[in-house]
Amino acid sequence: MQHRTYTLLITLLALSALILSACAPAAIPTSPAPAGGAAVTEAATEAAAEAAPGEVIEIEYWQYNFEARIKAMDQLIAMFEEQNPGIKVIHNSEVPYDNYRDKIAASVPAGVGPDVATLFYGWQPVWVSEGYIVPLPEDAFPPDKISAEFSPMVQASFQDGKLYTLPTAVRTLALFYNKDLMEQAGLDPENPPKTLEELEQQAVQCTRLDAQGNYEIMGFPVSMTGQAHHWFREVLLRQFGQQPYSDDYKQVLWNASQGGYDAWNELLKFQTELKTGDATLFDGDPNFFLNGKACFHIDGSFRLGTIASSAPDLNFGVVELPEHNGVKSTFGSYWTHGITQKAASDPARMAAAVKFLQFITTPEAGALWVKETGELPAQLSAASDPELLADPKLGAFAAGLPYARSTFFVDESKDRQALIDAYNAVVLNGADPAGELDFAVETVQALLDEYWANR
Amino acid sequence: MKLTLRRRQILWAYAFLAVSLIFFVAIRWYPTLLAFNISFRDWNVFQNNGPWIGLQNYQDIWEDLFKQRSAVRAAFFNTLRYVLIGVPIQLTLGLMVAMMLNSIGRAAGFFRAAYFIPYVTSLVAVAFVWNWLYAPQTGLINQLLLALGLPMQGFTKSPQQALYSITAVAIWASLGFTVIIFLAGLQQIPDVYYEAAQIDGAGRWQIFWRITLPLLNPVIVYLSVLQTIGFLRMFDLVRNMSEQGQGGPLNSTTTVVLEVYKEGFGSYNMGYAAALTVLLFLVILLITIFQLRVLQRRVEY
Repeated sequence: MQHRTYTLLITLLALSALILSACAPAAIPTSPAPAGGAAVTEAATEAAAEAAPGEVIEIEYWQYNFEARIKAMDQLIAMFEEQNPGIKVIHNSEVPYDNYRDKIAASVPAGVGPDVATLFYGWQPVWVSEGYIVPLPEDAFPPDKISAEFSPMVQASFQDGKLYTLPTAVRTLALFYNKDLMEQAGLDPENPPKTLEELEQQAVQCTRLDAQGNYEIMGFPVSMTGQAHHWFREVLLRQFGQQPYSDDYKQVLWNASQGGYDAWNELLKFQTELKTGDATLFDGDPNFFLNGKACFHIDGSFRLGTIASSAPDLNFGVVELPEHNGVKSTFGSYWTHGITQKAASDPARMAAAVKFLQFITTPEAGALWVKETGELPAQLSAASDPELLADPKLGAFAAGLPYARSTFFVDESKDRQALIDAYNAVVLNGADPAGELDFAVETVQALLDEYWANR
Repeated sequence: MKLTLRRRQILWAYAFLAVSLIFFVAIRWYPTLLAFNISFRDWNVFQNNGPWIGLQNYQDIWEDLFKQRSAVRAAFFNTLRYVLIGVPIQLTLGLMVAMMLNSIGRAAGFFRAAYFIPYVTSLVAVAFVWNWLYAPQTGLINQLLLALGLPMQGFTKSPQQALYSITAVAIWASLGFTVIIFLAGLQQIPDVYYEAAQIDGAGRWQIFWRITLPLLNPVIVYLSVLQTIGFLRMFDLVRNMSEQGQGGPLNSTTTVVLEVYKEGFGSYNMGYAAALTVLLFLVILLITIFQLRVLQRRVEY
C-alpha cells in the first residue's frame, strides 16, 4: 500500500515537472513588457510637455529603512512636490536594509515596485546587466557636466560610456580615534596617527590585556566585515605601489607584485603580529568602538550618525586615513539613484522620474542631506565648502574627497567574501598568507571573467 | 436533482476542504512545481524571459561540487554533517528525557512545558539569544569559562566549532517536540508487558531493549524521518548565527538551503538556486523512502 502511494506520488511529480518544463515561458510570471531603453527616454522628454494640466502623475521612490535618510528624503520630496504640483512621489522606506534587495527582486516579476530606486553603487553592474535600470537621458544629465561637477568617484556610475545612476551624497573612509583611551595609554589625543608606522606604534601602545591575556582594550581591531576590505583594496595596495585592478577592470592585481603581498601582510599584521585586537570580539563591528573598547577604528562618515545616537558621550575624533610612502588614498562609496524599467515603460512616468532625479541630485539637495545624515554632498561645489572642511568631524572625510577612489564591483558581496575568507583562513586556521591571497585573487578573477564573457 | 442528506454532507465536506486545497495548490504546489521548470532556465529575477538551457544549471552544480572550497560543496557536506550529528543525538536525548519524564509523577506537567517552550519560540529569537550566550569575550558561556579558569572559546566564530555550536542549538530548540512524541509513544505501551516481564525476572536493560525500544519503533521511524528532513532544511539558525548570515566562518556552517538563498537573492541566479532546490528535494525524497523502508519493522506481541 505504502509502496504504491510513493510510486504514484513520484510519477505525479515527475509528470507535472515534465509538463511544466515543456510548456513555454508562459509558466514564468510576466510583467507588462518593458520597452527598450533608448527609445523610451526620447519619448519621455516629449511626453513631459504632453502631460495634461491638472493630471497628477504618481511615481514611487524606494530606499531602505534608515531613519536619517528617510527624514532627509521626506523633506526633499515635500520641496519637490511643491515645485511640481503635477507629480506625486510615494516614498517607500519600510524595507529593512537586509531585505532591501530581496524585496526589489520580488517586486519585479510582480510588476510593482519603484520608478526611482536607491541602490548601492556596487550593485549597479548587476542591476544594469539584468536590465533593471535604464540609462539616464543625456539631455537631462549631460555626461561632461556630471563628470565636471560631481566627485571623481561618481565615475563608477558610468558603464560603457553611459550614465546609469546619480547620487545625492557620497561617503569616504577616515580614522576614528578614542581620545580618552589614547590619554589613558599616555598618547597625545591631539596627535593621532598620520602614517601607517604611527598607527602601528600607537595601536600597540593603546592595547591593554588582562591577566589571562584577553583584550581589555583593543588598539586597532581590523574589521573585515566592516570597512577593512575596502581599506586593503583601495588604500593599502596603492600605498604599497600596487593598483588593485587593471584599468579596464578585467584583471585582479592584488598579488601582481611583491607590493601586493606586502599590503596584504600589513593588513594581517595588526591581528597576527602586533596583536592590537580581534574585531570579532566585543559584539562585532563597529560596536567595539562605540562601547569604548577600541582606540582606533576605520569607518565611513555614516558612522557619525550612529555614534551620535547610540554613544553620544564617546569622546572621539576623526582624521584622514594614515598615509604611507607618501601616498594618500581613501575608499569612496555612495548610495545612488537609478530609474527602473517600470518607469521607462510609461513616458509620462519616465519624465516625472527624470525630474525627480534631477531635483534630488542638486547641490542644494546635497547640502540638506549632509545636515541630516552626515554624508558628504556628491557635488564638488558643496563638498569644497570651507565650513564643511573646517568641521571637526566631517572635515576629515571631506578632505578625502579629491583623492577618494571607489571600486567597480562585479559582485560586491562575493568579492568581499573572498577577502573575508582569506583573512579568516590566516587568522583562524593559520593558513599561509600568500597562498590565501592568491586563492582570493583566483576567486574574484573568476567573477570578473564570467562578467566580461557576457559582454 | 434531490440530494440525500448524506450526499449533501459530503458536498459540504468537499467545499470546506476546497478552501485549504486551493491554498495548498496556489501557494505551495504551484511554486514547487515551478521550481522544477526554473531549474532548466537561465532565469534572472530582473529579466522575465529566462531562456531554456537544459541541464546547464545541474552541470554547474556538479562542477562546483568538485571545486576545492566552493560554498556549494561545503553546503552539501555540512548539511550531511548536521543530519548525521543532529538526528542521533536528538533522538537519544529525546528518548532519555521522555523516559525520565514518564517515570516522575509530580510536576510532570511543569517539566513537559519547560522542555516544550523552546520549540514554540521563534528560531530567530533563539538564534539571537544564543548568539549572546556564545559571544566571545562578553558572552555568558565564555564568562563562565573565564571564571573557572578555562580558556575562552570561539564557538560560532571558530571554523572548527561553529557547526557543532549551531547543531547544539538546533537540538536544544526542537528537543521538546521529540520528547512529547516519545512520551506519547511510551504511554501507548500497555503496562501488562512490563508486569509480565518483571514476573519473568527480566532486568531493566532487558526490558528496555526487548520491550520499550521495539514497541517504540513506529515513533522512532516517524521522528527520525521528521528530524532528518528538519536538519536537511537547516536555514534559520545558520542565517542568524553565522557572521552576516553568510554561513561562515570559511563556509564552515553553510547549508544547501542557505546557498539556495544566497544564489537566488544575493546573486540573482534563480535558475541555479532552483536546481539546488530540486536536488535537495530529491535527496530528501530518497532518504525518506530509504528510512521508511529500512527502519520500519512490524512488531507484534
